Amino acid sequence: MSRDHELTVDFAACDGHGLCAELLPERIALDEWGYPVLRDSAVPGPLLAHARRAVAACPVLALRLRPARRGEGPRTG
Amino acid sequence: MTSETAMPITGQDMPVPYGVRLLSGWFATGGPTGLDEHLARFGAAPTGRAPATLADDVEAAGLTGRGGGAFPTGRKLRTVAAQRGPAVVVANGMESEPASRKDETLLALAPHLVLDGAVLAAAATGASTVHLCLPRTRSDQAALLGQAVADRNRVRLDEAGIRVHTLPHHFVSSEETSLVSWLNGGGARPRPTPPRPFEKGVGKRPTFIANVETLAHMALIARYGPDWFRELGGADAPGTTLVTLSGAVRNPGVYEMPMGTSARQALTVAGGPSSRLGAVLAGGFFGSWLPVPLDPAARPRGAGVLVALPEDACGLAETAAVLAYLGGQSAGQCGPCTFGVPSVAEDFAELAWGRPGAELLERLHRRLGLLPGRGACRHPDGAARLATSALQVFGDDVLRHLQYGPCPHAAEPLRLPVPADGPAAEEGWR
Repeated sequence: MSRDHELTVDFAACDGHGLCAELLPERIALDEWGYPVLRDSAVPGPLLAHARRAVAACPVLALRLRPARRGEGPRTG
Repeated sequence: MTSETAMPITGQDMPVPYGVRLLSGWFATGGPTGLDEHLARFGAAPTGRAPATLADDVEAAGLTGRGGGAFPTGRKLRTVAAQRGPAVVVANGMESEPASRKDETLLALAPHLVLDGAVLAAAATGASTVHLCLPRTRSDQAALLGQAVADRNRVRLDEAGIRVHTLPHHFVSSEETSLVSWLNGGGARPRPTPPRPFEKGVGKRPTFIANVETLAHMALIARYGPDWFRELGGADAPGTTLVTLSGAVRNPGVYEMPMGTSARQALTVAGGPSSRLGAVLAGGFFGSWLPVPLDPAARPRGAGVLVALPEDACGLAETAAVLAYLGGQSAGQCGPCTFGVPSVAEDFAELAWGRPGAELLERLHRRLGLLPGRGACRHPDGAARLATSALQVFGDDVLRHLQYGPCPHAAEPLRLPVPADGPAAEEGWR
């Protein structure tokens, strides 16, 4: 199961600290203004620990990880 | 509100059946419909049976939101009614789209249809309060609606209490979550979802929010039923809708027409083009450009706005001006919107009026890809959609501007009604 968790960003909360992109470059890049761009919001098992670390590192709790809902593709934003 | 913008029709050659429903009163008398006339024509809103039947009837009628979202209204009503605890109803008359006058016109001409729809929604969802949200810039309108509510209260027409509010008139203040935030004591700025207002909105209660035109349709469906509603419009998109037509048409104004009316037919209703057209903006500042000759299948989008751009205007300059306005209208909450929309606007300004280098298009396309889905609301998405459609529809102009610099029309006064400044930024969000 590669789609059991998905990442979302609360852009109203995000201040562009950029730690997430350091900790999870497999999924997160930064745009030219320093805000995260999700390459793919799905987090497969092997990346889960890294994703949790990135979520925990966000100073404003804008990065979130949640179980993917069944029958629904992961969403960005 | 000025009487000039409130008058919906200037044409004498108005074909039937345009304007037979929401604007029927105006057609009968040529003036706004007061409470006595409203009650004589329609009777009181059937709130007594609304709890049982309104959601069913609205769902069977296939009514969708007329504020631009086009969400099925019956389903929204049912969802709110099914939540635990007493609900709240919010009537959205903010109409922040600068090219739209339909809500202003409807509220001026048929205020009691809107208020009927709101109290019916209250009865159907078990709400005791209706909040009518209007832009602070239209203070005359708020006074008139306040009077209309007072008229109803004098004859004890409604069980639900109706409160009229005036909110700051920023572009994003008409978002559902902006209304909820303001009614809860905060700024009229979009909030991230979830929670969606239908589960946790005003006072943390389940909240039914609908555009004022949607509510007026509900008032008629409650009286005449879903089959009647479906007599006009298509099977997929039934009923009528209000469309604001402006720009290079002979008789600009607000017209009621069957859903599914093509953009081409709609222009004809407004007397046809007043000059050769270069393009048509469908859906307003939140919409997209349509190329001419118009595809017969092209329809007005979003909240029913069509602006006809004459051939001797620069579509890139018009778009650049709209994008600059939209950039200034960001609520400043989400980085990709705060920085992205103004950046795209600057690129467009360079394209329209500057001496753009070869790298401009690549940068612009990259930036346009960074806007959609990256905000608490759809503001960046709308700006990106408009800009992308401009690059397509005015593709030849893009190449000419890149090669030779601004075209002669780029320096002319704008044809689109772009507000010179954002509505009083110093006014703030409260």
